[in-house]
Amino acid sequence: MTATLERGLNALREQIDAPVASFFTTCVSCGLCAEACIFYKETGEEKFTPIHKLDLMRRLWANEYTLLGKVKSLLGLGEKITDADLAEWETLVYDSCTMCGRCTLVCPVGNDITLMIRKMREGMSAAGHAPKELVGAAERHSDYGSPMGDLHKALKAQIAHAEKETGIPIELDREGADYMALLSAQEIAEYPGVLAAMSRIFRKAGITWTISTEGFEATNVGVQLGNRDVARTLVSRVVAAAEKLKVKGVISPECGHAYQALRWEGPNLIGKTYDFEVVHIIELLDRLRAEGKLKTKGKDDTRLTFHDPCQINRRGGINREPRNLLGLVAENFVETEDAGTMNWCCGGGGGVGANERAADLRFKAFNRKKRQFEAVGAEKVVTMCAYCHHTLEEQLEEHGMEELEVEGLTELLAEYLDDED
Amino acid sequence: MTNPNFDLLMWARTTGFDIALAIMVGGILLRVVEIVVLGRKKDLARPKGNPVAQGLKTIFTRSLPRKGMVKEAPVTYVGGYLFHIGFAVAFLFLGAHIALITDLTGLGWPEANKALIETAAAVAVVALIALAWTRFSNPVRRMLTTFDDWLVWTLSILPLVTGYIAVNKLFGDGTLMMAIHMLSAEALMVAFPFTKLMHAVTFAMARYYNGSIQGRKGAES
Ligand code: SF4
Ligand code: SF4
Repeated sequence: MTATLERGLNALREQIDAPVASFFTTCVSCGLCAEACIFYKETGEEKFTPIHKLDLMRRLWANEYTLLGKVKSLLGLGEKITDADLAEWETLVYDSCTMCGRCTLVCPVGNDITLMIRKMREGMSAAGHAPKELVGAAERHSDYGSPMGDLHKALKAQIAHAEKETGIPIELDREGADYMALLSAQEIAEYPGVLAAMSRIFRKAGITWTISTEGFEATNVGVQLGNRDVARTLVSRVVAAAEKLKVKGVISPECGHAYQALRWEGPNLIGKTYDFEVVHIIELLDRLRAEGKLKTKGKDDTRLTFHDPCQINRRGGINREPRNLLGLVAENFVETEDAGTMNWCCGGGGGVGANERAADLRFKAFNRKKRQFEAVGAEKVVTMCAYCHHTLEEQLEEHGMEELEVEGLTELLAEYLDDED
Repeated sequence: MTNPNFDLLMWARTTGFDIALAIMVGGILLRVVEIVVLGRKKDLARPKGNPVAQGLKTIFTRSLPRKGMVKEAPVTYVGGYLFHIGFAVAFLFLGAHIALITDLTGLGWPEANKALIETAAAVAVVALIALAWTRFSNPVRRMLTTFDDWLVWTLSILPLVTGYIAVNKLFGDGTLMMAIHMLSAEALMVAFPFTKLMHAVTFAMARYYNGSIQGRKGAES
């Protein structure tokens, strides 16, 4: 056995706990999870069955964590895991799973398959079987502060731009502000308009906020790659920045996995409950709406639909909030089939979007969304994750649907903000 | 002259049954302990929903298919329901079975009439056959199916078929058929802890964990 294989198996062993054992014990191989998975549904290839993607982890569990398996292993009968197996499973675990969570909600016995994929990636990456793009992004993120490299300069330029546009200063590193806002690399690079939008909305709502130059990047490639050490380092930066500035809350931006990483995995990665609140930007905006602090005037009258980011809705519990907000500003809002908790993934989540090798597969997977958008005759798609936004634009272009506009919800709200004094 | 099969039936009723029951109960305990000792780290994220309440709720709510799913795999869903319901009715409402359970636990309830029991058993058998067919015909199910699944399938259908034959004295020696019926049920009991039959116990754990993980986040399960 090679050293990397052993390291991978050890990392995998660390992930096996009571829930995992109960899930593998309970699986009745009914195959229903396949019916929930966009990769199986749009390709018809049975190897994309969710539980099959975990077969190596199941083998390890069966061999080492069950009495019968231990007896079999003693007799030399247990099915071994080899480096070749890991190489084969790499594409199943990384290219054909966006960790969207649909399978988890469909499995009749209640297996949280998605959670197990997240866990299996810990073993795969430790064994050196992870896509090179994710490994590279993790290195850049750890060394330079973002998966796209050092974004300090770009951030400052975008802030200056937003200040000029709105006439409202954005104070960096302001101690004692109500909130410390985070951004995703995608927003800084591609959708910086969100800065001006937040600036105007928060000023009108009477909220003080700041951005830390020591921890402004919300994304966390560690949770996509499956590397707890990287994930912990990245979360720690944000936590340290928030503690230093003594803010009441941290705003998780329009980014799916960032919310998952920071709000739900973060405390477990660093081993303590935060003493500040983490709130998703859309959660916060809906709160402001309910308190009467977010007033709008006029409405967007295009035929507009909403794309639920998997990590924010299905795996994050934010479902009503964007719809409440759309109610304020959308005249012609129409839901696609399965919208809400069971929405289909854009195909770019879980690191799949960054993975070149997976490009054809994710384009194929998008056919589902394409049909759904066409069925409701959408003219605009609104979402609340910058990476979904990016993926949707990429996919729509690939499918010859560029005329379908994509917009972030925060920016849409700001367009109709009633901020006259 | 006494029926030579009588001894076999008596053994199946007494010693055989006791051994099977001991293996089943002991085995289930062992398997459950094997899972629970692996533990689960305390979740330090501040909950948004109620993990315990949603975990408990999901044990029940996951028995219903999610909207739109039945049409994706109708035979698996309908076959699955019919088998489980048919098997449960035939097992729980036959007079002789109730007597056995009363003997063991002191609990009892009214029996159902023979026609209902037999219909339930027949439905369960047909459902099992349909489910077996999808294990051949559906590529996903074919890929996932292992020896364990066929063993479990066989062990599930045998008590239904042998019970029907024995009760209705369809053929063979009545005493022998009853002994075979009992032995087939005992085979199922013995295999229970070591095969996928375990899902009949651990589904509650899996659903609880799933519901509590989602529930903490205020997400649906
Ligand atoms: S749906 Fe659940 S029980 Fe069925 S094969 Fe998938 S993981 Fe196993
Ligand atoms: S999480 Fe989503 S993409 Fe991954 S296996 Fe499950 S259904 Fe498929």
